[in-house]
Amino acid sequence: MSLEFTSSEMMSVTAARALNNDMTCFVGIGLPSEAANLARLTHAPDVTLIYESGTLQTKPEVLPLSIGDGELCESALTTVSVPEMFRYWLQGGKVSVGFLGTAQIDRYANINTTLIGDYREPKVRLPGGGGAPEIGTNAHEVFITVKHSKRTFVKDVDFITTVGFGRDGKARDNVPNIGRGPTVVITDLCILKPDPETKELVVTSLHPGVTREQVIEATGWEIRFADQVDTTPEPSAKELEVLRDLKARTNAHHAGQQ
Amino acid sequence: MAEFLSLKEAVSRHINDGDTVAMEGFTHLIPFAAGHEIIRQEKRDLTLIRMTPDLVYDQMIGAGCAKKLIFSWGGNPGVGSLHRLRDAVERGWPNQLEILEHSHAAMACAYEAGAAGLPLAVLRGYIGSDLPKVNDQIKFIECPFTGEKLAAVPSVRPDVSVIHAQRADRKGNVLVEGIIGIQKEAVLAAKRSIVTVEEVVDDLGASVNACVLPSWAITAIAEAPKGAKPSYALGYYDRDNAFYKEWDGIARDRDAFQAWLNENVFENGGA
Repeated sequence: MSLEFTSSEMMSVTAARALNNDMTCFVGIGLPSEAANLARLTHAPDVTLIYESGTLQTKPEVLPLSIGDGELCESALTTVSVPEMFRYWLQGGKVSVGFLGTAQIDRYANINTTLIGDYREPKVRLPGGGGAPEIGTNAHEVFITVKHSKRTFVKDVDFITTVGFGRDGKARDNVPNIGRGPTVVITDLCILKPDPETKELVVTSLHPGVTREQVIEATGWEIRFADQVDTTPEPSAKELEVLRDLKARTNAHHAGQQ
Repeated sequence: MAEFLSLKEAVSRHINDGDTVAMEGFTHLIPFAAGHEIIRQEKRDLTLIRMTPDLVYDQMIGAGCAKKLIFSWGGNPGVGSLHRLRDAVERGWPNQLEILEHSHAAMACAYEAGAAGLPLAVLRGYIGSDLPKVNDQIKFIECPFTGEKLAAVPSVRPDVSVIHAQRADRKGNVLVEGIIGIQKEAVLAAKRSIVTVEEVVDDLGASVNACVLPSWAITAIAEAPKGAKPSYALGYYDRDNAFYKEWDGIARDRDAFQAWLNENVFENGGA
């Protein structure tokens, strides 16, 4: 019997499944944080979660609204200063996965969180880079989770805040001491992975009930599909229950705070 | 030795129009009371430095205190945009705002270099990013030992740094606990410093490796209970996440913002 679930839930569960117990994950706020904590509360109880505020090995009961909520510090193994976090733990090579969200992403998995339009006369000014530019290059690999739409999935991002594989897919070639970059992009429609040769993002798995046309329609370039396209496994009842509880707990917590 | 002053006196004496001011606290311990005092004293033409401008700089920018902002992530965490910052960048209201933007790693390194008395910070950063194209303060250098190309940014050396902490003892030694962010580096990198505290106590109760700033490394201390609200002070009060969400609506509209500012900052004398 098939369960009822939304496309957002499908995305979070799929993103969570990308993590395992052996990973040390530098977590971005929002969708990545939801997925990372879902992983910790289901199949990966020992996954190490790190937030850029300095909280190492944290286990929040509710999802933090900000990257530095008290919940993160109180449930962490230890909390270090921000320079220590970026220099020793991230740049020092102790982070296996950087988990990022974004406002725009292009065919070479470059991500833009800086602005839409021209830099000096932006149409929309976005928050900026934060930790992402160095998470994207110093983590051993990068997972990206973002909702699929034509506005978000563009052929070329307006601004490369954080490099995926550059404008030509070759930005990491022959660069010493750089991570593998984005290895998977998880959306509410599908899973994409960079082509091993060209580094262009290719659809490798469609979520249940999603058609190729839907993905084509929601992508701003001529999206390619892998030779073999899988169907992403549905969320389990347990995963949905834990995710819904986590979100309900989080909403009640943030609404009730005065 | 740190001098105990009222917040009004500390701001009046140590922050001048045109100064470069860093007010730090990474989500935690954000010095809001000090920011509001700066707004009330109508300081102008400040160069404001902060990794995450947050609501405190949104308010100060909207109130017309800033001419330049150096930052690395300018959003309302988990909520969306900082609308006063955007209005200044996109439409020059209430005045033009020059921006210089970095990544967190670079700013953290730049503060640390400032505290260490160095002219620059070196990091493995900005690879493949467009940020160096729009910020002339980001350069690349070659490691003289390995030949690796590394990023370099000037150190942060503010005229004055302002932080909030849990407590000071009566000699003026200060304890910072929890998410300690970049506060220690900010104070040590600056020519002058103002520390606001929740309370002044007989004994700090600090463990041996705690983050303690000695009195002789601080210029002025002002008691400001709840001085980090709506951010938080671990052990004293929680982050007011509901207000962070509410701010989105207040800050979207110039009139709503000004009404809020009048009621909560100008007509309220502050701590």
